[in-house]
Amino acid sequence: MAVKILFLGPLSDMAGEQSREVAAPLDWKGLLDAVGAEIAEQLQNERVNIACDGKVLADKASLIAQDGDEVALLPPVSGG
Amino acid sequence: MHLINLASDPLDPAEAIERLNAATPDAGGIASFTGKVRASGNVEALELSHYEPLTLPEMKALGARASKRFDLMGLVMLHRVGRMVPGDKIVCVSAAARHRRDAIEAVDYCMDHLKSAAWFWKRELSGGTWRWIEPRAADHSDLARWTEKTSPV
Repeated sequence: MAVKILFLGPLSDMAGEQSREVAAPLDWKGLLDAVGAEIAEQLQNERVNIACDGKVLADKASLIAQDGDEVALLPPVSGG
Repeated sequence: MHLINLASDPLDPAEAIERLNAATPDAGGIASFTGKVRASGNVEALELSHYEPLTLPEMKALGARASKRFDLMGLVMLHRVGRMVPGDKIVCVSAAARHRRDAIEAVDYCMDHLKSAAWFWKRELSGGTWRWIEPRAADHSDLARWTEKTSPV
């Protein structure tokens, strides 16, 4: 089974797709390996957030996504 | 009355404000702001994307904070998502309060937070090319006016 990684905003252009499925469980290191070097570099930026199962993580490195979870990669917002 | 929503269809601020008016007989005033897509800069289209599990819940939380802070009797906060063209309305915020200053400040407060701290990503189509819009420094200084730390900035 799988974890769905969702690329929001400009990250979807970098990824070349809206989402990608990877094997569960998925931790921070696994995420960096799964998204490619360019997006991994973006994720190191403190202004890029991660949500797991609809909740923004205070500490990205604490990510432990389980089977069926959606991990959203949230670049800085451009506002409403 | 709190009417807080995302819409993929055109907004009708006049209808929403009239509903707010009808629902707040004890209010002494209603202040409203409508944001729209500018025609300048050869912009052909604007597209707003959001993240369903976060965007609307955080807008509702913002509405609750504004309501408490400014002692509102009612609040409308409607936001478009999807593709728009110049002239289309993007956002409508309308606040009803006993006194005008609370209503006016509540609208300003909600707009500053929507512009800088809400989960939206915008891109513009110009000359056949899509370009993502980066956060503006002014949005963050606008937010600092309210001296309140909010996610996601």
